[in-house]
Amino acid sequence: MTPPIGDWAAIAPLLVIAGAALIIILVDALFAGTRSPASFIAAAGLAAAAACAFFMGGPTPTFAAFGGMIRAGGFATYFTLVFCLSGLLSALLARSRSRGTAHGEGEFYALMLFGVSGMILMASAGDLIVFFLGLELMSLSFYVLAGFDRRRMTSNEAALKYFLLGAFATGFLLYGIALVYGATGSTGLAGFPVGTGGLHEPRILLAGLALLMTGLMFKVGAVPFHMWVPDVYEGAPTPVSAFMSTGGKAAAFSGFLIVFAPAVLMAQPALRNVLAVAAAASMVAGNIIAVAQSSIKRMLAYSSIAHAGYILSGVVAANSAGSNGVLYYLMAYTLMNAGAFGVVSILESEDGTMLTFDECAGLSRRSPLLAALAGVFMFSLAGVPPFAGFFGKYYVFTGAVEAGYTWLAITGVLMSVVSAYYYLRLVVVMYFNDKPGSAAFDGRPLGLAVLIIAAIALAGFGVFPSILLGMTARCF
Amino acid sequence: MEQHILSLILFTPVAGAIIIALLPKGAARLIRTAGMLFSLGALALSVWLFLAFDGARGDMQFVEKVPWIPSLDVSYHTGIDGISLLLIVLTTFLTPLALLASWESITVRLRGYVALMLLLEAGTLGVFMALDIFLFYVFWEFMLIPMYFIIGIWGGQERIYAAIKFFLYTMAGSLLMLVAIIWLGSYAASLPGGAFTTDLLRLYAIAPGIPMGVQVWMFLAFTLSFAIKIPIFPLHTWLPDAHVQAPTAGSVILAGVLLKMGTYGLLRFCLPLFPYATFRFLPYLAGLGIVGILYGALVSMVQPDLKKLVAYSSVSHLGFVVLGIFAITEEGMQGSVIQMINHGLSTGALFLLVGMIYDRRHTRMIRDFGGLARPMPVFATFFMIVMLSSIGLPGLNGFVGEFLILLGSFRSAFLGSPWYAVTASVGVILAAVYLLWSYQRVFFGKNENPENRSLTDLTGREIAVLLPVVFFIVWIGVCPSTFLEKSAASTKSLIHRIEETRRGSYAHAAEAPGGESREGDRR
Repeated sequence: MTPPIGDWAAIAPLLVIAGAALIIILVDALFAGTRSPASFIAAAGLAAAAACAFFMGGPTPTFAAFGGMIRAGGFATYFTLVFCLSGLLSALLARSRSRGTAHGEGEFYALMLFGVSGMILMASAGDLIVFFLGLELMSLSFYVLAGFDRRRMTSNEAALKYFLLGAFATGFLLYGIALVYGATGSTGLAGFPVGTGGLHEPRILLAGLALLMTGLMFKVGAVPFHMWVPDVYEGAPTPVSAFMSTGGKAAAFSGFLIVFAPAVLMAQPALRNVLAVAAAASMVAGNIIAVAQSSIKRMLAYSSIAHAGYILSGVVAANSAGSNGVLYYLMAYTLMNAGAFGVVSILESEDGTMLTFDECAGLSRRSPLLAALAGVFMFSLAGVPPFAGFFGKYYVFTGAVEAGYTWLAITGVLMSVVSAYYYLRLVVVMYFNDKPGSAAFDGRPLGLAVLIIAAIALAGFGVFPSILLGMTARCF
Repeated sequence: MEQHILSLILFTPVAGAIIIALLPKGAARLIRTAGMLFSLGALALSVWLFLAFDGARGDMQFVEKVPWIPSLDVSYHTGIDGISLLLIVLTTFLTPLALLASWESITVRLRGYVALMLLLEAGTLGVFMALDIFLFYVFWEFMLIPMYFIIGIWGGQERIYAAIKFFLYTMAGSLLMLVAIIWLGSYAASLPGGAFTTDLLRLYAIAPGIPMGVQVWMFLAFTLSFAIKIPIFPLHTWLPDAHVQAPTAGSVILAGVLLKMGTYGLLRFCLPLFPYATFRFLPYLAGLGIVGILYGALVSMVQPDLKKLVAYSSVSHLGFVVLGIFAITEEGMQGSVIQMINHGLSTGALFLLVGMIYDRRHTRMIRDFGGLARPMPVFATFFMIVMLSSIGLPGLNGFVGEFLILLGSFRSAFLGSPWYAVTASVGVILAAVYLLWSYQRVFFGKNENPENRSLTDLTGREIAVLLPVVFFIVWIGVCPSTFLEKSAASTKSLIHRIEETRRGSYAHAAEAPGGESREGDRR
């Protein structure tokens, strides 16, 4: 039976991106040896998909397609925008780095697009199997992308480590799906069991959900499943780290919101408390370890663990403020973290050594604009108003306090103080140090333009959060 | 214009900062002039505000309210009473003076400096205007960014340490306040028919219902944040570092205006929202205020560095303000309000004077000076007037504030003992000791150091900086009613509100034993 045309429209952004990825593979073969237009096709595809999602799905509430396998509109649309933004920022950052004909440029952008399509599939999943398909599509792209600098040892290490651990996590997730199916007889998310009433063996459902949660916690990089994060984010090419830490994290959080919807968490208080403890542990561990880092990329990696903790507290809250906060936070985080990695990407040397704080000393004199942008991203990550990072924290903590998890909010704000220390360290070396470091802006305007747009968006969403909140309110 | 006067005052410096950031880098004269014009513009508007303000009314005036984040009931809600009015005028008065004082001493990265000073002004003005706690918090945190850069870029040797300490200390306190703000909002939502809100006036209305056990935690969270800012002993340790390392203009704004944000926060939030907790902690806080008075004075006495001496004297003076606030009498509170202004003027001027001598000699150590009165008679005269104002000589402004505070705390039924006032008055004597003693060592005696003999006296620009301050020091000393009458009705209605709310919370506790259990649910 051919699905009605509405179904195809529901996945239009996905089709556009997958189509663009295929075109890249074709075109890349034609342009062998010369500068490939892959990056432009990727950027155009992502922009087209975002526009498509915004104008077709933006105003519609969530609706089912493909017999309930896909849930498009509302929620999926918002996440599609986040993913396309993450992909677009990362692709442009990658484009601004490569000189001349880089090896395998076509594959790089094609994989990125496949990754984005996987993410979109996750966020629009109406069934656990579809969700799993999306997750695998995304993860497989990540495994390859992480190892893309194949002459650099750390990049290889990142790919291998991510692959081995990721395969494990996938196993957990899949086993969880199997158990949920065993307990309820369905993998559909529409009639997902919010309670244990009527189940023959509720403990199987609990076990299944616990395993699902484990898999998702691995993907968001929350404690205690965070060990891969620093090595992978540090080893992967920097634009890929930006992509994984923003789009990949957002996709996994879409999974949290789909599978562990408020009603489900309310019915499983044990899991909810586990999640709360994991959120607190992520904030504490991520922030405290980040203080000790000398490589900026590694610092950002640990800080991303902490941010996973902040966002998780919005999930734990399981109320309107918490869920809206998660969505808002993910958009803000995509902008600020991609921006922060973007700064690293522009400044780091080509030989693959890690950018340290010392190298950035006195940057504000050599490249004032870049230093100012880095300052914006750091203040936003630290959660200082008026940037969007602050409002994101405010919303998720509002959700947590309303849900009675005041201790989680207190942990979060105390750890934010710790985070201010290491984020501001970059500002200190850039602005307050007189002895010059070696890192400087390489003069190519594309990367700088990307960062300027991200910074303006951060300030804009920060001062006028209602722009995003109007969209998030239609998601549930 | 009448309805939007507050926004005009608030956004004049913001517009100035944006325009200055776009000016060409090399045009130093243009940048300085533009900064001056915008800060004078804000001053002119606030003078208009001062004249138009109706001192007979105790409610909020010039209120503006525009929805901002409707889903959380956050609005751009501003308005002032007499207390905010005086602090706004103080802010707009000191900023142009600070800019004028750094006219020559700041040469590197001038554009950023002037723009940040204006942003700092806007941030503090926003704090004094906000009638929505969320809006207040945004300004409160935002103002850290410009101050952080001002200390960190244009500060002294240890500026990095001082800047980070300043930032982290303040942030640690204020983030706990953020949790308390969120809690208040969600408490409003938990009431029958209520919704999440951060609107201050709406929170005032529900304040009597806040369970007493929770009030204590809320009060502590808010007070911690304000106590760090004021600073109340023993949370003052960031202050000497920040003050000594900051450039002169930064110190002037820091001491003159930023510290008042803490005392203002006590008056605007802690007391009226959590009166039960206020009365419970009042003896301790008044006690800490007194410890601050004596400690600050004693430590000032032994400082070899003039700037550090002035910094510690701030701790002492702010102790008086805290004592006056927690006396919860009209005299005490009026005294605290006027003392905030006095401290802004006299300590601001002391920092300016220390900066002027530092510009000439590049040292602030008292032992490097001696006999300066001979080569610099004008400087010595200004220093004398300002110092006497700081000591509290009758006829100058300091006396008015300290007298009212001591009177208020002596008579306070809530403090319940005259000993608070008696002990605090020792601080007045100590202030005379450390200031007169340092004055003697700097200005009198033999001028033995050849470098000190060739010192030039104040320039016309420096006199122009100091004259307005001295003018108001004398004005407040001779005729304080010009200013006191603006805030009289506001302090009266504040005390009235505190007592009403307090009665309300006792009534609530009596009629609803469930109040305690609700508190249990939330934690």
